Amino acid sequence: MQDFFDIDSALSEEERAVRASVRQFVDERIIPVIGDCYIEGRFPKEIVPGLAELGVFGANLPEEYGCAGLNNVSYGLIMQELERGDSGIRSFASVQGALVMYPIFAFGSDEQKKHYLPKMAAGEIIGCFGLTEPDFGSNPSGMISMAKEQTDGSWVLNGAKMWITNGSQAKVAIVWAKTNGDKSDKSIRGFIVPTDTPGFTAKDQKGKLSLRASDTSELVFQDVHLPKDAILPKSGGIKSPLMCLTQARYGISWGVIGAAMACYEEALAYSTSRVMFDKPIAGFQLQQQRLAVMLTEIVKAQLVSLHLGRLKDAGKLTPQQVSLAKRNNCDIASNVAREARRLLGANGILAEYASMRHMANLESVYTYEGTHDIHTLILGQAVTGLSAFN
Amino acid sequence: MANMFAFAESRGGALRRVAFEAVSAARALADASGSGEVHALLAGAPGIASLAPELGKYGADVVIVVEHAGLANANSEALAATAAERIRSGGYRAAIFSASAQGRDLAPRVAAKLGQSMAADVTSFGLAGDALVVTHPAYAGKVIATLRLTGSPAIVTLRPGARAAVEAPRAARVESAQPAADPGASKVVVKEMIAGGGAKLDIGDAPVIVSGGRGLKSADNFKLVEDLAAAFGNAAVGATRAVTDDGWRPHSDQIGQTGRQVSPDLYVACGISGAIQHIAGMRNSRTIVAINKDKEAPIFKVADYGIVGDVIEVLPVLTAAVKEARAKG
Amino acid sequence: MKIAVCIKRVPDMETRFKIAASGTAVDAAGLKYDMSDFDGYAVETALQLNEKQGPGETVVISLGPDVVQEQLRKALSMGADRAVQLKADRVPADGLAIARALAAELQGGGYDLILFGRQAVDSANATVGPMTAELLGLPCATAVSTLEIANGRATARRDLEGAAEIVEFPLPAVVSVDEGMPRARYPSLKGIMAAKKKPLEVKPAQLGDEHITIEKLELPPERAAGRIVGEGAAAVPELVRLLHTEAKVL
Repeated sequence: MQDFFDIDSALSEEERAVRASVRQFVDERIIPVIGDCYIEGRFPKEIVPGLAELGVFGANLPEEYGCAGLNNVSYGLIMQELERGDSGIRSFASVQGALVMYPIFAFGSDEQKKHYLPKMAAGEIIGCFGLTEPDFGSNPSGMISMAKEQTDGSWVLNGAKMWITNGSQAKVAIVWAKTNGDKSDKSIRGFIVPTDTPGFTAKDQKGKLSLRASDTSELVFQDVHLPKDAILPKSGGIKSPLMCLTQARYGISWGVIGAAMACYEEALAYSTSRVMFDKPIAGFQLQQQRLAVMLTEIVKAQLVSLHLGRLKDAGKLTPQQVSLAKRNNCDIASNVAREARRLLGANGILAEYASMRHMANLESVYTYEGTHDIHTLILGQAVTGLSAFN
Repeated sequence: MANMFAFAESRGGALRRVAFEAVSAARALADASGSGEVHALLAGAPGIASLAPELGKYGADVVIVVEHAGLANANSEALAATAAERIRSGGYRAAIFSASAQGRDLAPRVAAKLGQSMAADVTSFGLAGDALVVTHPAYAGKVIATLRLTGSPAIVTLRPGARAAVEAPRAARVESAQPAADPGASKVVVKEMIAGGGAKLDIGDAPVIVSGGRGLKSADNFKLVEDLAAAFGNAAVGATRAVTDDGWRPHSDQIGQTGRQVSPDLYVACGISGAIQHIAGMRNSRTIVAINKDKEAPIFKVADYGIVGDVIEVLPVLTAAVKEARAKG
Repeated sequence: MKIAVCIKRVPDMETRFKIAASGTAVDAAGLKYDMSDFDGYAVETALQLNEKQGPGETVVISLGPDVVQEQLRKALSMGADRAVQLKADRVPADGLAIARALAAELQGGGYDLILFGRQAVDSANATVGPMTAELLGLPCATAVSTLEIANGRATARRDLEGAAEIVEFPLPAVVSVDEGMPRARYPSLKGIMAAKKKPLEVKPAQLGDEHITIEKLELPPERAAGRIVGEGAAAVPELVRLLHTEAKVL
């Protein structure tokens, strides 16, 4: 879309080049197929090698692990472009990069990093992230999955996880579980669980009306035996998975802007060509109001995420700032998508147009990685000093 | 008064339509300048001289015939040297080539040899004082540039089909000449000529083009497009970039910004949405028909007549109707 | 092989162009730019040849103001080894002037192969490649849809209207590439990082005289609005009637 606020002037040549390359990939390889995938309820896994070759997985992790070593603004722009295609594609990349590669990078041993990260960057190993449980979504500290250390140092894992993106595709799962019978959230540790380990099952969740071009699964662990080196040695407490979520939420704050941009562009193009009462509907005040509001909200979101990225690159980012961006941007993106769908009239309900697909996807994005309401409470707590969680 | 040069393109011992267009364009320039002559260069294998009268029909006063066994196939190096030498010695005001595959290959080399600038792919032209003013479609046909080319001779390639050849018959004098460079010494050698399929019309020559896009859903369904082309009798089959990319049709069938630019009397777009890339190649068609299931498709913005519907259902019915109409005459 | 690829920065052709107030240029406001399509194929061709045939060097060259560095960097991100900007305040409308500047740079460069796109998608002249070949005195094949190189010789296919020819020629040579040649790869993110460290040399372009000036640019007349004849196969009789009686093409 038109760079109305000349935000490009705040991007480096390299950041613009990263965006251009991913944009072209999305335009040529994702957008032409994604509508059909959505209808079929199918993740287009045929694009994974292309995404890997491009280097989007863990793009902000260091080059020594086969990653691109980009700054966080470039990483955010990648998420934006992917979600301009579809939230499901961005989710796939978010999970692989921020929720699987990042914890291995941050909490893993040297051996784990050297073994997994290059293969994950190359798309040879797909990962998933198991934190949420059927009864513990907004309150992950309450999880009941439990790992017990055996006398030889190996582990036995029991429990279940739900709403797991990539669950049925993954070769490994990063599973968060309490340990050794300790029910406090301080006992939570991360484990690298190969999905072919006996006792591990993943089942796709059917009947989704959102993120249909993405796999969402339920994981069950029944006496899953894991070797000693399955544990992420530097993980400890609920703080560890929350650090992963901060990474992912950062990417989401950028990603949803992409979905909003796609909707805005579609609405603008449609309104200037669709004629009603003998003139393009873009000439009517009600549609101009829609477009003006969409544009304004998108520009604001872009500035929020760009500044957030600069803070992250400077090492000054706080999780609460990420909450603000995730909360705001998901909200405006949902509204933009809905308004775009409405502007498109009856055509807007067809899969041929992207707005309703984005609108439905964004309901998930609004909900996952900390619902809108939870981020509201995080901000409330941050400014008042009073927790309203319980 | 000034003399004009035209390159008379031939292939396989026959003149191409673009040869007449070039001669006719040179005729128009010569007439506009007063009473100049048109000199056409006709080069090919021995025997090519017999074609000279055909050039006279379109206004050539002199046909410079260069016969050599080494010119049976296109031989750009020898032809460029020969054309450049004739243009240099002939004192022409302008030299017209076609913007055909051969002309686009040849004219820039001739221009560089002569140290003259050239105007490419022009759709109209006229002398204006010491300049030749031409129009040239640029930016995928979305902008028409008017360019002023100074220096003499003015070298030009003329877009095929942009200006129909007009008869201006005269008995052309034939002048025999030798190649200015040994055709046998050329470094680029044609090893093989691959002819188009039999009597198949080229998309650049066909008065009717039936073209197919992704809306046909499969390579097999191109049979429906071919059937309609056959029903017209004078039609060629074209395709969009998406289709040639998918390998449903050869790249040489592609019509569009990165393919061929065509301007037939009738263009039938079947299952083509009308991407700018495609429109750039066919927007100058005289009459455009579009069949597409999406009534908002951009192709309907350039089409004179549209049918909203599934191309796979519409085409057989249209084919039958065209056959019937042609049978009635 | 040492391969030079000459590339041009062009606006995105999907744009709805407007003519600038001067009347002799398109309005630059809001334009997005990329390397010309065919030039992208040429870069890809060079990279694949050097990847397949062992060590080589791919040098990309572009003429124009500093903004062309963006396209040179893109070619470097794709994998080219170094870049040369022939600096000029604008790209001339006269292809011969451009060819002279390129030939001056390429002369004595020791290139085995010099690649061009068939034509720039904006100016659409298709003249600079063969002109440069002529100025350098090198064999040249234009608009090739295949290219194979072995033992210092090249074999290429040229699609002609309704026919094709297979040509053979020795290297060094100049080749311009058409549809059929490989599409440009996406610059990988690692490639973009690596490109920052690759050399990009800036030299003045030796353009010489120009003999073409743009008198004006205009938008072509819009096609008169057409009409929807009807829906589905039922509309065929009416369409055929109109083609017969109104358009008179049947």
